[in-house]
Amino acid sequence: MLAILDYKAGNLTSVQRALEYLSIPCTITADPQRIAASDGLIFPGVGAAGSAMNTLRETGLHNIMAQQIQAGKPLLGICLGCQILLDHSQENNTPTLGIIPGHCAEFSPDLCEEDGSPINIPHMGWNSLIMKKNCVLFNGIDLRSEFYFVHSYYPQPAPEFVIATTCYGREFCSVHGRPGLWATQFHPEKSGQPGLKLLSNFYTYCSEVHHAH
Amino acid sequence: MLTKRVIPCLDVRNGKLTKGVKFKDNIDIGDPVETARRYYEDGADEIVFYDITASHEGRGIMLKVVEHVAEQIFIPFSVGGGIATVADMRDVLLAGAEKISVNSAAVKNPHIISEGAAAFGSQCIVVGMDVLRVPQSAAIPSGYEIVIHGGRKHMGIDALWWAQEAERLGAGELCVNSIDADGTKDGYELTLTRLIADHVRIPVIASGGAGSPQHMVDAVTKGRASAALIASIVHYGEYTVTDLKRYMAAQGVPVRTVW
Repeated sequence: MLAILDYKAGNLTSVQRALEYLSIPCTITADPQRIAASDGLIFPGVGAAGSAMNTLRETGLHNIMAQQIQAGKPLLGICLGCQILLDHSQENNTPTLGIIPGHCAEFSPDLCEEDGSPINIPHMGWNSLIMKKNCVLFNGIDLRSEFYFVHSYYPQPAPEFVIATTCYGREFCSVHGRPGLWATQFHPEKSGQPGLKLLSNFYTYCSEVHHAH
Repeated sequence: MLTKRVIPCLDVRNGKLTKGVKFKDNIDIGDPVETARRYYEDGADEIVFYDITASHEGRGIMLKVVEHVAEQIFIPFSVGGGIATVADMRDVLLAGAEKISVNSAAVKNPHIISEGAAAFGSQCIVVGMDVLRVPQSAAIPSGYEIVIHGGRKHMGIDALWWAQEAERLGAGELCVNSIDADGTKDGYELTLTRLIADHVRIPVIASGGAGSPQHMVDAVTKGRASAALIASIVHYGEYTVTDLKRYMAAQGVPVRTVW
């Protein structure tokens, strides 16, 4: 069972619907016991870094997440969830979870697209990945696939955590992490078949870790 | 590289897909959930539902449609039509939509844009603009006026001014619909699309008039739109979404081609 961490951010139900479609058991929860009993955690999010961090601190979820990750529980962060795994976000100038070293920066309005026109902000739509490392999340996914992004800030983790990058005005990190702890700036739950496959790969990994224990 | 989006728009009335010309003479043409699913499988990048139902019961049916779509279609989709309050927005988002399109309600009460953006984030709020070409005047310097009620009511508001105002209030995206071009299949209103796209920093969706794949290429090149909204061109089986995207790709437009 996957636990979708409930910290009152947006789009929790989109992730749940995608997992249900894949027949992956899941629950939206902030309950420490249910989180501890799960095979893996999904940390989604649409919203602002400041209010998200407030909710995480008020509910104590930030400590529960840290303990679970320490204990080897797999986690997948999505969008805002991907950004606030880092140390700091320029959005609301907020200290964030500090689980992966790095910070989150805003797209500069001075950036331009390939044709020389100024970029639109947010970065909204389908964009591709440049893989920097092998990652089991992408098993069986055509690497020419695009994924759905919608964001105005982008993660800048320490270089050794960069798994894939994407170009929008500049090259930025769109997937980061290490085995068992991953984060995607795009929304796999809204990225059609390739995104569903990524979620399914995450669940497969969680099940294998669970059975190995 | 960010690709240009192809977005089929489904007008839904009492749970049925419908299509009119210049906002009139709507006829029922099928089941919106089935149709949306087909477009998803054909590579649509996003789907828009426009609820043209007026009745309370019709609204309930629409929310059911949204739920059914959300259960089986894993690309973003937005819902517009008759959304006037933050509570209406919440209903639609909880039913599974990613985005809400506000149109005439935003013209009458612009604060709905900022309230919606504050509650759900700018990325959720699409401002739909119905625009009619008019003689340039002191009140309408761009020569494009905002209209509501399917073009029947002139609002005395300049379309370019309104686009920038909507952006300032927190819109995440603008859908610029030309009433002159809507349903004609003669091509998008490229001058209007370009004018708006050149003066805002948020993405612009071109709407109204798509009749051939070349029109869509023009919308995103000459019109500088981020996305092209389509309706009749796919609803009647003339082209599939796949055909349109293949054509755009062949013309050098970056589009999503693997799904």
